[in-house]
Amino acid sequence: MSEETPTIQLPDPAKLVVSNSPHMRDKPTISKIMFTVVVAMAPACIAAVLFFGLAAIEVLLLCTLSCVVFEEGWNKLTKRPSTWKDGSAILSGILLGMNLNAGAPWWICLLGGFLAMILGKQLYGGLGYNPFNPVLVARVGLLIGFPGIMTTWDKPALGVFAVDGVTTATPLGLAPGETFIGDMLLGNVGGCLGETSAVALLIGGAILLYFKLIKWEVPLSFIGTVFAITGIMHLVDPTVYHSPFVHVLTGGVLLGAFFMATDMVTSPMTHKGAWIFGFGCGLITSLIRLWGSYPEGVSFAILFMNALVPLIDRSTIRKPFGFITPAKGEA
Amino acid sequence: MSDKPRKFKGGVHPDDSKALSSHKAIQEAPLLDCYKVIMHQNIGAPPELVVKKGDVVKKGALLAKAGGFVSVPLHAPTSGTVKSIDKIPGPTGISVPCIEITADGEDEWASPFEPIADWKNAEPAVLKQRVWDAGIVGMGGAGFPAHVKLSPPEGKKIDTLILNGAECEPYLTADHRLMLEQAEEVVLGAAILARILGLKTAVIGVENNKPDAIEAMNKVAGKHNIQVQALPVNYPQGAEKQLIYAITGREVPVGKLPMDVGCVVQNVASAVAVVDAVVKGIPSIERVTTVTGKPLVNPGNWKFRIGTPISKALELAGGITEQPAKLLLGGPMMGIAQSSLNVTVMKNTSGILLISNDEVSQYTSEPCIRCGRCVDCCPMQILPATISQAVENKRFDWAEKLNVMACIECGSCSYSCPSHRPLNQQFKRAKVEIQAGLRKKG
Repeated sequence: MSEETPTIQLPDPAKLVVSNSPHMRDKPTISKIMFTVVVAMAPACIAAVLFFGLAAIEVLLLCTLSCVVFEEGWNKLTKRPSTWKDGSAILSGILLGMNLNAGAPWWICLLGGFLAMILGKQLYGGLGYNPFNPVLVARVGLLIGFPGIMTTWDKPALGVFAVDGVTTATPLGLAPGETFIGDMLLGNVGGCLGETSAVALLIGGAILLYFKLIKWEVPLSFIGTVFAITGIMHLVDPTVYHSPFVHVLTGGVLLGAFFMATDMVTSPMTHKGAWIFGFGCGLITSLIRLWGSYPEGVSFAILFMNALVPLIDRSTIRKPFGFITPAKGEA
Repeated sequence: MSDKPRKFKGGVHPDDSKALSSHKAIQEAPLLDCYKVIMHQNIGAPPELVVKKGDVVKKGALLAKAGGFVSVPLHAPTSGTVKSIDKIPGPTGISVPCIEITADGEDEWASPFEPIADWKNAEPAVLKQRVWDAGIVGMGGAGFPAHVKLSPPEGKKIDTLILNGAECEPYLTADHRLMLEQAEEVVLGAAILARILGLKTAVIGVENNKPDAIEAMNKVAGKHNIQVQALPVNYPQGAEKQLIYAITGREVPVGKLPMDVGCVVQNVASAVAVVDAVVKGIPSIERVTTVTGKPLVNPGNWKFRIGTPISKALELAGGITEQPAKLLLGGPMMGIAQSSLNVTVMKNTSGILLISNDEVSQYTSEPCIRCGRCVDCCPMQILPATISQAVENKRFDWAEKLNVMACIECGSCSYSCPSHRPLNQQFKRAKVEIQAGLRKKG
């Protein structure tokens, strides 16, 4: 028996924590995930500021502030713990700004923040419980309430850091043939802040994919479906229907496919479900764009598919490892 | 069998921290003056006591005999006197009967068994009886009696014997050192187990992060026609079902056993115990255990007698430099947290682990954001997040439909969850509730 020398210290059992396994946790937390998505939004934000000037900064900041204030206000009102530090309200704010026009008035930003945070998120119980993408709830709410403001887009003024008073239609509103793919790739076209620069959105999408924060199936099937359907129609009659490149590179398809449809809370959890979800988004977007009364259909398409997520999740329950189909007659 | 192991779906890659003890050779722990042998060390029926207070026992003498087929006998770790047979708090916190032996310091052998030197020509049934008599259990952690796995019921044909040397739990290095230092015994044990099953060969699966162990085993494996299979590093590679899939490509059906797909899996430490029992006539009274953790002065691997108090093991490792947050029996993914230093080393104690405060910053669980990380990493391919929702609503019927019973409690889901939800804990609860419900129905 070894003598217990005073130099050997043993743990104090009274201070030992007893809890269930596992006793290790991976590094990511909700806020780390949210702030990584914010970083992925940075290229598109920078592009927006380059094309639309200070007005873009104003809209982005106002929306972010408004979302954080409404979320915290609600938490105070309902005596819940503060949640803004998890980053989800900040992310929603930036995304909301990306969905607005550079010339959007200040009160639109505030109202958007209210719709997103209160109507779109907190009324359902807060983070994780909202069935619909809060930002799209706000965008569609504003579109229905103020169609004029929400469908007028400032024309970008490259390199000019000042508010540009000239407004324009989105390329989808123009007749086929009037658009130029190069401009669309860089972002030199009319549209909301986040929709303009395809290159910036693709860089952001690549960041999200690299950190595995989105399921690659969603953007692939979403964009692929839009490309396929609009491509077929373009082949049928190029004078009436835009080329599929125009459809994919303009409007909200890239923004929607990489940043909105992939919202974790409101998209399916399985990979099979992600394929179905992306396909549905692409299908509805194409139908609205080609034959609907709105030139743009991404927001409606994603919201509609959000509503179907519980059903998709339920119908894509996978078979566990080692599953054997029960023989007929067995339970 | 293919040369390339199959990769199971899912899995996680926690920081393995094995470097703390992987270079430390196995040391023999010095003889203590007192051992506390916990009675019930196996899955299945508890053994039946054959000694009483005041009895004088020799090292290796029977303390308790098997209490049924799924049960193993218990032997004295050293010679001495039975001081008391009392209840002490066990590893799960529940009081368990325990035999306390005061050592006489002589460490005198009882020689309970004759060595079977000519095992190659011995009857498989004789060898199997020896494995049972020696009280060998699954030493990787489960503690399932080894002889039961070696007794497939009539009609079930076993064609593959797998030795589990994956040691996928972070921190643990006991099996690693065993394979490195006692490669011959591991391979010999595999050969004896193969003979019991009527097989000519066996496969030893080892994770790629132990190249020296793989090399050491490969050097001697040919002697007994044993194969060594390197496996990709992916927790839980050492889980029985995942290991069988990696090596044979067979999926053990939900609710079935490895023998249903013709496989038997034994831990490498159990194989060494089989060699001791058969060739040397030594019952299962000692094992190699990793004592490790960042708060320890001198982490390492020791050969302990069964019944060694944890406090003595920690003293051997030089004690602590800072108060740890947790004391675990086993690894950090599946180990059981302890609240006392009086628990003793059992046959399935693969590790004694101290976790520092900065490793277990305590979290509040947040709402599920449906990120799907748990869905992606679940090695059983169930839907942890959805089942968690069912359990929170006490819908155990729903959880059962979502195959919660297939859960192997590896903890990958809880590990990966950015909201720090207690997924593993909820599933353990659901399984208990479902089984209780079944019992009620009769």
